[in-house]
Amino acid sequence: MNELTLQAFEHFVGRFGTEVDTRLREARTAEDVEAIRVEYLGRANGKLTDYQKQIPTFSGEERKLAGQQFNAVKKLIEGRLAETLTELSRVTRLSVPDVDLTMPSRSQFRGAEHPVTVVIEEIVEIFREIGFTVATGPEAETEWYNFTALNFPPDHPAMDMHDTMYLAEDVVLRTHTSPVQIRSLQAGPPPIRVVIPGNVYRLDPFDASHAPMFAQIEGLAVDEGISFVDLKATLTHFATRFFGATRTRFRPSYFPFTEPSAEMDVECRLCKGSGCPACKGTGWMEILGSGMVHPNVLDAAGVDSEKYTGWAFGMGPARIALQRYGIPDIRVLYDSEMRFLGQVAR
Amino acid sequence: MNASYEWLREFTDFDLTPEQLRDVITSRAATVEEVISLRADLRDVVVGLVVEARPHPNSDHLWVTKVDAGMGELLDVVCGAPNVQAGSKYPFAPSGSTLPGGLKLERRKIRGETSNGMLCSARELALGTEHDGILTLHTDAAPGTPFLDAFPAGDTRFVVDVLPNRPDLLSHEGLAREISAYTGNDLHMPEHPGMSAAPAFEHGTSDGSTGGVRVSIDEPSACPLYTATVIRGVRIEQSPEWLANRLISIGLRPINNVVDATNYMLHGFGQPMHAFDLDRLRGPEIHVRNARPGERITTLDGVERKLDPTMTVIADADRAQAIAGVIGGSESAVSDATSNILLEVAVFDPRSVRSTRRALGTSTDASYRFERALDAHASAELARYAAALIISLAGGRVDGAPIAVGSPGPSPHQLSLRVSRVAKILGEHVSAPECMRLLGSVGFGVNSGENEMLRVTPPRWRSDVALEVDLIEEVARLRGYDSFSDQLRPFRVGSAPDSPAYVVTRRVTRALVEAGMMEVRPIPFVADAGEHGVRVLNPLAESEALLRTSALQTLARRVEHNFAHMTRNVRLFEVGVVFSRGPDDRIPVERTVTAAVISGDRSPAHFTDPRPAQMDIWDAKWIAETIVRSAFGQSGQSGPELQPNAARDGWDVVHDGSTIGTVGPIPVDAPVWAPPVFGIEIDLTAAFGIVPEPVVYRPLPVTPAAEFDLALLVPADVVAADVARVIRTNSGEMLESLVPFDEFRGAGVGDGYRSIAWRLTFRHPERTLRDKEIEGRRARILRALNEELGVRPRTT
Repeated sequence: MNELTLQAFEHFVGRFGTEVDTRLREARTAEDVEAIRVEYLGRANGKLTDYQKQIPTFSGEERKLAGQQFNAVKKLIEGRLAETLTELSRVTRLSVPDVDLTMPSRSQFRGAEHPVTVVIEEIVEIFREIGFTVATGPEAETEWYNFTALNFPPDHPAMDMHDTMYLAEDVVLRTHTSPVQIRSLQAGPPPIRVVIPGNVYRLDPFDASHAPMFAQIEGLAVDEGISFVDLKATLTHFATRFFGATRTRFRPSYFPFTEPSAEMDVECRLCKGSGCPACKGTGWMEILGSGMVHPNVLDAAGVDSEKYTGWAFGMGPARIALQRYGIPDIRVLYDSEMRFLGQVAR
Repeated sequence: MNASYEWLREFTDFDLTPEQLRDVITSRAATVEEVISLRADLRDVVVGLVVEARPHPNSDHLWVTKVDAGMGELLDVVCGAPNVQAGSKYPFAPSGSTLPGGLKLERRKIRGETSNGMLCSARELALGTEHDGILTLHTDAAPGTPFLDAFPAGDTRFVVDVLPNRPDLLSHEGLAREISAYTGNDLHMPEHPGMSAAPAFEHGTSDGSTGGVRVSIDEPSACPLYTATVIRGVRIEQSPEWLANRLISIGLRPINNVVDATNYMLHGFGQPMHAFDLDRLRGPEIHVRNARPGERITTLDGVERKLDPTMTVIADADRAQAIAGVIGGSESAVSDATSNILLEVAVFDPRSVRSTRRALGTSTDASYRFERALDAHASAELARYAAALIISLAGGRVDGAPIAVGSPGPSPHQLSLRVSRVAKILGEHVSAPECMRLLGSVGFGVNSGENEMLRVTPPRWRSDVALEVDLIEEVARLRGYDSFSDQLRPFRVGSAPDSPAYVVTRRVTRALVEAGMMEVRPIPFVADAGEHGVRVLNPLAESEALLRTSALQTLARRVEHNFAHMTRNVRLFEVGVVFSRGPDDRIPVERTVTAAVISGDRSPAHFTDPRPAQMDIWDAKWIAETIVRSAFGQSGQSGPELQPNAARDGWDVVHDGSTIGTVGPIPVDAPVWAPPVFGIEIDLTAAFGIVPEPVVYRPLPVTPAAEFDLALLVPADVVAADVARVIRTNSGEMLESLVPFDEFRGAGVGDGYRSIAWRLTFRHPERTLRDKEIEGRRARILRALNEELGVRPRTT
């Protein structure tokens, strides 16, 4: 071995500490540990032992420092060797017959997202893959954003579809996530491709199938050349990704802010389309409402409705969660019971 | 809207089963939610083939037969009908089935011979009164076929969800129009026996008279058109079976021939009508006027209602006799004693009817249709038809020329339809001739203009069609939504970044789930929200009339709910919104917060550790740090700090000088066994837009570390953070970590002191530290601690 500078000596010697540590992690038996000991600390040709011979080549203060470094690392290695032997003996002890290995594991508390959040995130992920980003907006909205800009005729039966909670004469708790459509259209020029998850409010009594607040997720795509074919294609793609291979159908519907409007159904998963009580004999399950964005909506948001077209959809993730887990009463989703949340946690 | 299969047939022919009809209506017009066979009581009955019939050994009029009912074996059935014949098919009700009227069939012996069911007569199946013998079926259907499949009997009801844009579908005529557009068969007025044309109308502008009754409209804005027909000499009786069946088929109760006729018109044509007993009308006069302050009326449903001047009524010379467009009054209702009637067929303003029925808190079949606007141009003609129908049912004659006061208003405007715009919206080219054909099939008038531009006049009953895009929807639905491609086409991706609120709440949600917390999404209404609370003006209940100002308020109740179900280990969190009154008292201030509550065991019990430690404020502090770290990133200096708040035994979360959160024990209404509850709530708004700084790799050390411990006596007025600060300042760059690992008060530690043990780890990046270097630092630290804080080592 050539003569080393003190720095190189300290470097090489120090490295053995970590090296041995790594090696010992693979040791499975006391014999493995002994082999490693011999390799590094063996009286003849031990890797570390070899460096001991270098110490006298230093002089004065440096010799002292080299000696200290050497001893520290040697001590460290000896300590790790001993610890490993102890650990190994402990492992060995576990296999003696008086340990009952049928006893349960030591677990930890698990956390989980709410089932409705899980559904929302699955939906968001699918739309992300096809170029959508996420938009959000306030839950307290002006009537203009919630109704007027969305082409709701004032004092019209269409308003009966939205039993509304008012906070002031012209301020409401949003009855749908659609006001965020307007905000997204106002925020910047198309192309716009957003999904909008959020809570919405209706003046509905809290019972097995209604809640005064529930989640909705909505989507909006606006650009030049967007058509009903894009609506059908994208939502069919979504249904296939979300529900697995399935048939879909589109049927006429009505929303003030879309025209044409369409409801999308997927084949009933229980009866595979042959008709059962769950789908009222139709073979179809209603999944979402959709339509081409009404030109009045684009105009209200300051987007040229002759140049740009678009489509939108909206759906209720809570209903999907109820179906998915077979929950008969929507209140279960709001009770915040640890027992329920643990049951449905993934 | 309930519709009957047989009733629809009055308007147009079709060769469709009820299920096929359901699919046609659903795919083209409005969703059929339910198809109800009105003879479900026959569902157990099957086609039975009598294979053998011989006289009963113990009876002179009974037969013993062997019946093939498709069950794989022949059944012995005793039958008393004289017309039973081997080789013929009959309706067969096997034992175990229930017959109309509720008779449940059991297997039994009849004079010593076993009978496994019953061959049925028409009367036993409630298909008529004939009881001469069992019903012979002339059918090819195999034995065992459900009877209703082989012998369609009884009507089918469709429950149709008609949305607010299609009031024209609120009648059998309207639905039949859509069916006829599909089949190509014509749409015609139903014909009933004994109907002959009633006299034509005379028209007046705001008043006039007919048959000795003066009619005036004082409120033309609420009632654009009012027609009155006086019919004298009617006999009030039960309706004939066909009419009664029509009403029963859609779930209505027949009342008498005149009232049933008006209901038939409402559901048949969508035009509400009302018949007054003419002899009960004072004057006799009809005034369409506003109700007087304090005016009262007892309506047909027996309820006495208080009216106000915003409501429109139909009054005689003295008082209100009907609430316009909503419900008639009981005083002038048609009764068995009625012999002269005034038939009202009017058009009331949608908004006026809507506000009246909302104020009254009642909705009727009539108000439902008026609110959605009906075809005013059809009203007079329908009044003539109705008069003819009433006379055919109840006799009598029209007295004088019926009168129509007011006007039906303008006809729909002509619209332009660009064929190119159809393709732009729908994504597929639909030719001009096809557009014309489709629109024409449901009554639109279409002329082709120049340059692929169509001139379209909507039919009178489609007041909802006012824009080009409305016509495009018609083209789409009539062509069939399913006829359009669903192949993905190229698109441009969205350019807007994810909403910062979403990004931050997702980061926090994931971090808390990793920390073992359960997410909840509770209702944010509370009974009390303090002085800044936002009130819902029209709440569901006073107990939930306010929006919460704090999410912990909601979660505390959720903890109590868990305790009430004997769950003691609770770890809940929510990312939600809280509200407080805004500066203008109009739009509330809305903030996105994370709140969490923890209580109970720190880990699940295990046989090696049956009594795990309980969570305490240090767990709460960790959850708070987790939220802060995930929301604001690990940037350290700029992020929020947890500042001790002795008053609440917890911490304030302070960011940029303002408090954005709290951490500490929270009060809940808890049973005695319940563990303490800790709550954390942090406003995330300040984190929106923060992008966590990238983490930069530092080479892992190859040199050994040097550690030493300091056991320090800390005076009561000195906090750990101060000790740590002094240690750090005096340790130099090589201090790798500093951890207080033990705290102790009591024996050996003087009063007013506590002992905190710290572990200090030093490391030089390139070489081993020398004992002397370590020693030097220890001395310097201890000196500084003593001088600056009066902190001394415990062992000297």
